[in-house]
Amino acid sequence: MMAWLETTWLTVWGVLPPEVQYTVWTLTKILAIVLPLMLAVAYFTYAERRVIGYMQGRRGPNRVGWYGLLQPIADALKLMFKEVVLPSNANRFLFLTAPMLSLAPALAAWAVIPFNDGMLLADVNAAVLYLLAMTSITVYGVIIAGWASNSKYAFLGAMRASAQMVSYELAMGFALVGVLMAAGSMNLNTIVQAQSGGMFYWFALPLLPLFVVYFISGVAETNRAPFDVAEGESEIVAGFHVEYGGMAFALFFLAEYANMILISALAATFFLGGWLSPFEGIGVFGVGESLLAEPGLHWFVLKTFIFMFIYLWLRATFPRYRYDQIMRLGWKVFIPVTLVWIGVLAVMIVGDIGPWFGGGA
Amino acid sequence: MLENYLPILIFLVLGMLFAVVPLGLGFILGPRKPDSEKLSPYECGFEAFEDARMKFDVRYYLVAILFIIFDLEIAFLFPWAVVLEEIGLFGALAMLVFLGLLVVGFIYEWKKGALEWE
Repeated sequence: MMAWLETTWLTVWGVLPPEVQYTVWTLTKILAIVLPLMLAVAYFTYAERRVIGYMQGRRGPNRVGWYGLLQPIADALKLMFKEVVLPSNANRFLFLTAPMLSLAPALAAWAVIPFNDGMLLADVNAAVLYLLAMTSITVYGVIIAGWASNSKYAFLGAMRASAQMVSYELAMGFALVGVLMAAGSMNLNTIVQAQSGGMFYWFALPLLPLFVVYFISGVAETNRAPFDVAEGESEIVAGFHVEYGGMAFALFFLAEYANMILISALAATFFLGGWLSPFEGIGVFGVGESLLAEPGLHWFVLKTFIFMFIYLWLRATFPRYRYDQIMRLGWKVFIPVTLVWIGVLAVMIVGDIGPWFGGGA
Repeated sequence: MLENYLPILIFLVLGMLFAVVPLGLGFILGPRKPDSEKLSPYECGFEAFEDARMKFDVRYYLVAILFIIFDLEIAFLFPWAVVLEEIGLFGALAMLVFLGLLVVGFIYEWKKGALEWE
């Protein structure tokens, strides 16, 4: 039976023209990225509620299914059956375009993330530029949503959110310049390979200020606590998506969490050596070059989870920043810090100084 | 080289689909019972007494302009950063001059109070 299926499959597959084969194969790979990502988003919302619950001494959702594990599915179903309200003053076309503009780039950015050595959808040389472009489009989603809603709260939220996002995008861009200088490439796979040699060669160490700036900017870029004045439920109720309901709201929600996971994955790729093992070339408990030193997908996932956990931890720990404090941090602290460190890096690289970039390493 | 970008294009289209299909499902599966109160803009229970497309603080505009300048600067830094090891001292000094000019502008806007919020 199986053999028969296999032969039939191979015959059918062989008859297809190469273009169709290519498209089907690419679509399969894309689904292999997007479906786990969607699952991760769903369970990230669950993890958020559980983790913050325990940090605040309560239990979080624990009623739907075992330990509340079906909660995200119940939430999705509920949102699916809610009315999508189109406000009478809204610009309908833009109103419905905005959530799509938020979600599509948040997903498409994953095309260039290396999950393992060479395991990425598109091995392109301008990957970092592409990522910056994709994360920038998210700003359009926010500002179009706020404008199209024609509601004061949405408008104020969109103004705040977009000014904050573009400010932190600068700090993020400068931090990435440091990564490019250290790696000498814009290809993410090459950037990871440039960090091989164990955890002391990861860029987090020589680029420590940029690493910190990058991750904090990432938190601000995704409008997460403690930088969530864009939502600020106590002042402008929910910010730019106040008029959205049902599935249209769910798309913003998905985009926000997909972006958080994206920032975590990028921080792991740029600064913590992506799929590389921290114990490469270092003996641990006498097991040296064993399983622990093996690079692989599991290290990438583990590092991404660490950053995702920090996102939740930050939210449970810090009170919300005031808007002027946010702008001061972005413009007056992060940009000068990154500029100085780019200068330091340039000296280290050109002058062959230091343990990392000396001797053409 | 350009064919490497084709999967990205396909991914973008599929990403759009991943947004359009749930939205369409939401329209099909959800109820549709509009009434004038539900469709009015949310304003804490008040009647909306003016259009939301109102005047806004000029500083948002200023931030946008400053963003363009600095984002362009980053766009210039990217190719420089990638080839820094090859172009060596001369390249580094050239970029130092460029960055120096921008830093002067940055200090000027800082002192002028363009970065102040309240």
